[in-house]
Amino acid sequence: MRLTQTLIGSLALMVFLLMPLKGTASDPNPEQGDGKFDPKELINSHVWDSHEFHIADWSGHPITLALPIILWTENGLTIFPSSEFHHDNTGTTVVEANGQQFVKYREHIFYADRFDQEKFEATSTMGRPFLYEDRPLDFSITKTVFSMIFVSLLLVLIFGFAARSYKKNKKAPKGVSGLLEPIILFVRDEIAVPNIGSKYQKYMPLLLTIFFFIWLNNLIGLIPFFPFSGNVTGNIIFTLVMAVIVFIVTIFSGNKYYWKHILTPDVPKALYPIMIPIEIIGMFTKPFALMVRLFANITAGHIIILSLVGLIFIFETAAISPVSIAFVLFMSVLELLVAALQAYVFTLLAALFIGQAVEEHH
Amino acid sequence: MNIVAPESLIFWTTIIFLLLLILLRKFAWKPILGAVRTRETSINDALDAAEKAKLEMQNLHADNEKLLQEARAEREAMMKEARELKAKMITDAKDDAKVEADKMVAQAQAAIESEKKAAIAELKQQVATLSLEIAEKVVKHELSDSDKQMKLVNEMLGDAKLN
Amino acid sequence: MTGTLAAVGAGLAVIGAGIGIGRIGGSAMDAIARQPEATAKIQTAMIIAAALVEGVALFAVVVALIA
Repeated sequence: MRLTQTLIGSLALMVFLLMPLKGTASDPNPEQGDGKFDPKELINSHVWDSHEFHIADWSGHPITLALPIILWTENGLTIFPSSEFHHDNTGTTVVEANGQQFVKYREHIFYADRFDQEKFEATSTMGRPFLYEDRPLDFSITKTVFSMIFVSLLLVLIFGFAARSYKKNKKAPKGVSGLLEPIILFVRDEIAVPNIGSKYQKYMPLLLTIFFFIWLNNLIGLIPFFPFSGNVTGNIIFTLVMAVIVFIVTIFSGNKYYWKHILTPDVPKALYPIMIPIEIIGMFTKPFALMVRLFANITAGHIIILSLVGLIFIFETAAISPVSIAFVLFMSVLELLVAALQAYVFTLLAALFIGQAVEEHH
Repeated sequence: MNIVAPESLIFWTTIIFLLLLILLRKFAWKPILGAVRTRETSINDALDAAEKAKLEMQNLHADNEKLLQEARAEREAMMKEARELKAKMITDAKDDAKVEADKMVAQAQAAIESEKKAAIAELKQQVATLSLEIAEKVVKHELSDSDKQMKLVNEMLGDAKLN
Repeated sequence: MTGTLAAVGAGLAVIGAGIGIGRIGGSAMDAIARQPEATAKIQTAMIIAAALVEGVALFAVVVALIA
């Protein structure tokens, strides 16, 4: 318990010390010639995904980690580093690869000859990623994917190490396993057992992986410097995939009582045309809420922290910084709680849905 | 909302999550949960064993108590027996001694009687001898004078009669 | 203009969710005060109920983000 406290304390301190850096590092905006600070641009550049990992700016030049761009084009698989675009996001730098030409506009990669800025701007925000007639299929390792791989490696390392210490030490857990075992037991005794019941063992690996993957991704999003800071759980596509996985597991775990409850509910036959569609919609709204909850909580937290940092640049005075820093510190500590809480809520609801599907008699 | 390449994230998230699930399941969750379960069963077993040992101890204690009770009762009985024996022996000894003493007294009395008889007989002998000697002397002395002899004989006879 | 309207809508939704979660939290406090031994069960039920209310509010947030 004391170790956790120290850990949280030092993490909070780290966030506190490095938060202002995050604001200044991203302040110069090459796209904006007039040099006026645009908080929306700052927030977007941190909250949304990108094809390169921005580390810092050095005398006006961005320092980035180039990530591989993997495209499934009409000529087949095409791979080139993102540095070929030279940080261009305006669709002006044309990259030639595999006999084709590509441009990058606001992180979307198009075929150079088919890119139409007016058409893009006229499309709604939701429709923009789906202009498949103008762009190749994009399987790039983006910043989010990079962070996800990073977190996965971290998890495998930490838990591989913990598991190895169990092989050697048959007595009470020590060190890393002593820190992790209460959390694992918490997932088992507070999430899996009460909600799933006797069949919980089958779902333990899934629930544990979901819990720790989401939690660590949440935490990594709160650390504002390379190689962390990737906003994975604040990406709706990520939460979509997690929710779909839970949904598929629920559907395939469903026993006859679960399906009976949906297809022949315990109501008069005359109500079937209303009840069955409601039950079927209910099947989908649960994972949908799961997806939106995690996404919105994490994104909102990031936006609030970045807005508070942005206050310094909006007012263009250092006098506001103590207030800003105090609020950022408060929000960061709150976000540490939210990071754990949202991982817990996601796992709890996943266990609840699975539990409803495997429940015997009604 | 600015979603970059949804197909990329869907693809990679699925792949990464499934890989992570498989890897962690094999290398982390199974060993850790297995170790935890083993430890829990061993703790439960140890607790059960301790409970059992406690019960056994209680039984043993009861047994000991019973044995002790028995031993005490036995000792009591033995003591009682010994005491009775002692009393009996003492009375026996007393009786024996009395009989012996009586016998001895009787013997002593008999011996005294016989001694007395012997002593009286001897005394009589000696008296007779003495009397004879005296008589002899007297006779020797008196026979020189006939009167005197006569007188003496008479006297003596008178004395003997008186005796 | 639609953005502003969406923001107002999101704000209204947040008021509703705030009242809802506040009531859940308050009732949970009452319940815990009355039955401290059932704290764990009450907390779980509270978080589930709060998550459901929050889910509704989040739809509004999504609408605000899309608009």
